[in-house]
Amino acid sequence: MAVTAETRVGGAAAPVAAARRSRRASAPRTGRRSRPLTAYLFLAPYLILFLGFIVAPAVFGIWISLHDYDFVLPFKPWVGLANYVDLFTPGSRDFADFWQSMGATGIFTGLSVPCLVVLPLGIAVLLNRKFPGRTFFRAVFFLPYVLGVAVIGLLFRYLLDPNVGVVNYLLGSSIPWTTDLPWVWVSLVGMTVWWTLGFNATIYLAGLTDIPRELYEAAEMDGANRGQQFWNVTLPGLRPVLVFVVTTTILASANMFGQQLLLTHGAPGTSTRTVIGYIATEGLGSFRMGAAAAMSYVLAVALLILSLIIFRVFRDRQDES
Amino acid sequence: MTTTTPLTSTARVDPQLSAIAAGFSRRRFLVLGGAGLALAACGGGNSPAGQPGAPDTGSGGADYTGPAVTLSFWNGFTGGDGDVIKKIVNEFNAAKPNVKVEMNIYQWADFFTKLPAAVSTGKGPDVACMHIDDIPTNAARNVIVPIDQVASALGLQESDFSPAVWQGGTYKGQRFGIPLDIHPLAMYWNKDVLDKAGIDAEKPPTNRSDYESVLAELKGKDTQGFWVSPFQFTGAFTYMSLLWQFGGDAFDAGVTKATFDSPQAVEALQWMVGMVDQGYSPKNVGQDADYIAFKNSKNAFNWNGIWQINDLKAQNKINWGVGPVPQIGSQQGVWGNSHQFVQLRQTKPDQNKVDATRYFINWVSQKSAEWATSGKIPAKKSVAESPEFKALKEEYSLAPEAAYVHFPPAVAGIGDALTELYNAVNSAVLGKASPQQALSDSAKRATQILQDNLKKYGA
Repeated sequence: MAVTAETRVGGAAAPVAAARRSRRASAPRTGRRSRPLTAYLFLAPYLILFLGFIVAPAVFGIWISLHDYDFVLPFKPWVGLANYVDLFTPGSRDFADFWQSMGATGIFTGLSVPCLVVLPLGIAVLLNRKFPGRTFFRAVFFLPYVLGVAVIGLLFRYLLDPNVGVVNYLLGSSIPWTTDLPWVWVSLVGMTVWWTLGFNATIYLAGLTDIPRELYEAAEMDGANRGQQFWNVTLPGLRPVLVFVVTTTILASANMFGQQLLLTHGAPGTSTRTVIGYIATEGLGSFRMGAAAAMSYVLAVALLILSLIIFRVFRDRQDES
Repeated sequence: MTTTTPLTSTARVDPQLSAIAAGFSRRRFLVLGGAGLALAACGGGNSPAGQPGAPDTGSGGADYTGPAVTLSFWNGFTGGDGDVIKKIVNEFNAAKPNVKVEMNIYQWADFFTKLPAAVSTGKGPDVACMHIDDIPTNAARNVIVPIDQVASALGLQESDFSPAVWQGGTYKGQRFGIPLDIHPLAMYWNKDVLDKAGIDAEKPPTNRSDYESVLAELKGKDTQGFWVSPFQFTGAFTYMSLLWQFGGDAFDAGVTKATFDSPQAVEALQWMVGMVDQGYSPKNVGQDADYIAFKNSKNAFNWNGIWQINDLKAQNKINWGVGPVPQIGSQQGVWGNSHQFVQLRQTKPDQNKVDATRYFINWVSQKSAEWATSGKIPAKKSVAESPEFKALKEEYSLAPEAAYVHFPPAVAGIGDALTELYNAVNSAVLGKASPQQALSDSAKRATQILQDNLKKYGA
């Protein structure tokens, strides 16, 4: 049953299709004789942008990371792998700060991803039911997502201020939401979940509407209750969507920056300074672009490995079923 | 580093960073990937540092009689001072038909990320304003060009200014900045709160014992009188003022070593943290909360920039006063900064534009009393003592501070080292580390940064 559902989830929303693209590409081609030139022509508009704005800068970034690089200075000394070696040498200028910020990013990702995978799924399942005002509520949950990080950051800073904030006033408490551990993480994760859950919920919704009704009817005939239907029809049907949601949420969380900059400014001390925050400070604030590029690559490799693990986990699950 | 925008908090974080925050949403980061970030701002041409964009052949700005030109003028005056500079520019355009100035106002944040890239691709402005401590970095990074000739043509000399504001505009013996204003930290007091506590609101405390006894009195009446912010605005500015008052300094004379772990520096931070420990300040003061509380009569004193004067004038909820910060330590001292005119490097220099730019700088410098209405002290002594400036009661009350104001040292990349100081203040005020511990740790890192910068920018 699960397999059937899986094969039917074809024409979902674009992001879902994107998530599946890699798998499709490996499927044997059938149909008309292929004319490579035509394909490349169709690909060209995106390919040019992709090469110009993603691949070329990424390769250039490797070059930068091998230098003591400041783009306005005429002399950009070649330092080889020194920028990378420093990141793994205790006592170097960046070692402690970089790994502390990697840790902060890790904490944030570890806390926010489960919330951003599970909560939107629940909301999507609720919003997928037929009830009056459904469209309204769909809009309501998506609404925060259209706001910029500056708006959200400022809004929550005033809501959560430990001494003059609305939240503490209403609770009659003096919880240091923006200035002390562990509350800063509660605030950062909470506001991010509120802000972005609508996006994931929308992806889930697209996936849900794509699961054929007949499967639920068949499950009902077999005597499955609501819970069993969810585990055996809904979840397997959502698997490709789930891979997409988990992967993109991890990447987005690992790139968290604006929230900590505006809400906590890294406080207390530099506890909530994320790795993107540190890279930005060093690369664009101190103009140490070589070191910052090296940090970016270490982060990118870490995320690449994490993404591969996730794909592997989901694929293994699929093989089991 | 300073902003003149009261409470537009995005402008109050590190300029470069908030620009990035505004420009890059979470999802856009997703597209770019972490790696893309450091690359986004790269690329562009170069020419050797320290060379003027054009030879010094003009009049140096005493007048401009050449053909009609249009100048581009960038600054970060997004607050009430934006209206004042607009007015001054309009007056200039009306007075000088052959020079048209087109002004772009950016958030300081965007300004400092856009400027180097714009200049290195030949799309930079002709003239700009920046802070005194930004000048060495931008001079070393070849964004701005020397303007010694403007100073000499205008007959400007050190004795016209306070030494700090004059020397701050130089880098490696060359002048890069023409001082426009000084904007120091000030003490604001809420007269309503003091009145209610039975304290003379017309005679605010000016020394340590008076200040502490007023705070104790307020505490007895359930008011935490002096909220200590752990953040750069305004905690770090408060700390730096105290640091100088207690006889310490952030760096050694050559700015090769951080000295904000000295006994004086520790004592200064201990006094500040003591405000929290003694209950004169609540714990965990959030960003801007000290000022918000002040405007809502929750506290009595706020050490904040002179630029808040206009924001307080615009409200009628509280009665307030402003004056020099009290002397807590053994000597007078206060944190301040200064806006200065700079001329940008051009890839295709146009001598007429260079001359017109110098004339424009000269012309606006004469108008610095008008500029002071935006919450500034004129940099030029003669203007600071003029009747026009004396008529600005609040601003003029801070004029004495110009005699003992300290600016961040004029050394390339100094902001990188100051960030460490801000972090130490944050940790200590939030009770995460003792003042000694926080300052020692940060000073060690700051020294390393200073050494790296010496290598990078040259001694």
